Amino acid sequence: MRTGVIGIGHGKFGRREVTVQELAFEPFREALDDCGLHQKDLDALIVGSSPEYHRQRSLSGVVAEYLGMNPKPTFLVEAACASSSAALATADAYIRAGIYDTVAVLGVQKMLELSTPEILALMGRVGDVQWESGFGTTFPGYYAMFAHRHMYEYGTTREQMAAVAVKNHHYGAKNPNAMFQKEITAEKALASRMVASPLTLYDCCANADGAACMIVTNEETAKKADTPIWMAGLGSATAPMSVLRREKLSEIPSAIDAARNAYKMAGIEPKDVDVADVHDCFTIAEILAYEDLGFCEKGGGGKMIEEGETHIGGRIPVNVDGGLKSKGHPVGATGVSMAVEAVKQLRGEAGERQVDGAEVALMHNVGGIGQYCFVNILRR
Amino acid sequence: MGKLGKVDFVPFSKVDGIEERLKEGKISATRCKKCKNIYLPPRMDCPECLDEEMEWVDCEGKGTLVTYTTIHAAPAGFEDDAPYTICLVDVEGGGRLVGWLDGKEEDLKIGMGVSVGIRDLPEERMIYFVTPEE
Repeated sequence: MRTGVIGIGHGKFGRREVTVQELAFEPFREALDDCGLHQKDLDALIVGSSPEYHRQRSLSGVVAEYLGMNPKPTFLVEAACASSSAALATADAYIRAGIYDTVAVLGVQKMLELSTPEILALMGRVGDVQWESGFGTTFPGYYAMFAHRHMYEYGTTREQMAAVAVKNHHYGAKNPNAMFQKEITAEKALASRMVASPLTLYDCCANADGAACMIVTNEETAKKADTPIWMAGLGSATAPMSVLRREKLSEIPSAIDAARNAYKMAGIEPKDVDVADVHDCFTIAEILAYEDLGFCEKGGGGKMIEEGETHIGGRIPVNVDGGLKSKGHPVGATGVSMAVEAVKQLRGEAGERQVDGAEVALMHNVGGIGQYCFVNILRR
Repeated sequence: MGKLGKVDFVPFSKVDGIEERLKEGKISATRCKKCKNIYLPPRMDCPECLDEEMEWVDCEGKGTLVTYTTIHAAPAGFEDDAPYTICLVDVEGGGRLVGWLDGKEEDLKIGMGVSVGIRDLPEERMIYFVTPEE
C-alpha cells in the first residue's frame, strides 16, 4: 500500500493583504484543478500551521468552511516550523490505514498581521521560557550559537554561509512564488547588518504569509493519475528543545534520526537523492543539513557549498526553489511548500530550475530549533 | 522562573527553592536521590527513573564556554540592553547554564575556562554573569 501525490498548489509567499482563509483558498483551488477533483472527492482536510501567529482561533475549522469543505472532517497539526510536514505524515498514515482514501493537506501561515511589538514578544518566547528566554535569547541567536560552535569545531567560515544565501537567492530569482525574486552578492550579504553574531540579515530567512496545498490519495486512485508521485519514506524525530540539554550544538540531532528513518523506509542511501529541499531558516542551517542528512561527512558542509556541489549540475542540488531564504518562511506552509517543489521536480515541471531526470526528492523540515524534524522522501 | 532572568515568563514551577539559593549567591542544580543524576537547569522530576525525590546541590561556578552570540536584534523587554552577549557554559559538576557576558565578545574563545556569578538586576531580578578566566 503506497500513498501517492496527485495534485499540487502553491500560493505567492510574501506580504499578502488577505485573510488566512483567503490565503489558503489559492493553493487549494490550484491543487484541485491540478488533479481534476472536487471537494466532494476529498475525505478530509488536514491543516498544518503554527497557531500563535494568528488572530483567528480554531484555524482549521475556519479554513475548512471557507474552502467549502463542510461537513468533511478537519483538524490542525502543529510542529512549529514543521507543522505541514507533520500534517503530510498524518495524512499518509490515515490513507495507509484505509480510514481515508483522499486527503487535502494544507500548509498555511499568516505572519504579517501581527504588530511589531507582538512579533518582538513572540520572538522572546522561542526558546525554553523557564530557563533561557529570561536571558533574551532569540531565534537567530540560537542558530548563531550553532554557527559559532560549527566554526570552532570545523573551521566553517562566514563566507561559506554567505554562499548559501547567494545560491538560494540565485534560484529564488527564478521562482515566481518566492518573496524575494532577486540575486544577491556575497559582498552585500557579508556587509549587511548584524542580527546575532556571526549571523547578519542575509543569513536569516524572513517571516512571510503563504500557503501551499497537496492532494494525496491511496495507491489505486493515484495509479489513475498521469504522473503520480509516491511517498517513499517518512522519518521524524525529536531532540531537546533546550540548548542546555542538548549534547552537541554543531548538529540538529533530530534531523540525523529522522533522516535515518526516512532512508530506511525508502530503501535508499543519501547518494540516491537527486534533489533536496532543506530547512535553511538560517544559512548555517543548510550547512548543518548537508551533514545531518549524510550528503557529506561531518564538518564538510562548508566545503560542499563552496565547491558548488549543491548547485544544479552539482552532486545533490539543494533548495533550487530558493529555499526559505528566498521564498520566505510562512512557518506552517513551509513543509508542504517543500513537498510541492519536490513534486514539480519529479514531474519534470520545474522549468528553469529543473534538475534533469530527478527520480528521488528529499524534504528536510525542522521545527523550532530542532525539537522536531521531519524528513520525507518522494519518488516517481 | 522566580527571580532568575531579566523577564519572567513562568509564574509557577516545582523548582521553587531556587530563588532563596540565588539570593545566597548559590548556583544550584538538583540531584535525583535515586539515580544520582544531576540536573542543571534544575528540575524536580527525574526523567531517567521517573522518581520525584530530588535534592539541591551547589556548583562551584566554574565552567567551560560552549558557544556564544551577541544579540543585536533584541526581543520585547531587552530593547535597551542590546547588544548583549549570551554565553552557554558547561558547569563543572554537571549541567549547563546560559549567562550574560561580562566583557568583550572579541575576547571569547570557545573551550576557554570561565567563571559564573550572580548579579542583581532592577526590580529584584537576578541573572547569571559569565567572566572569562585569564
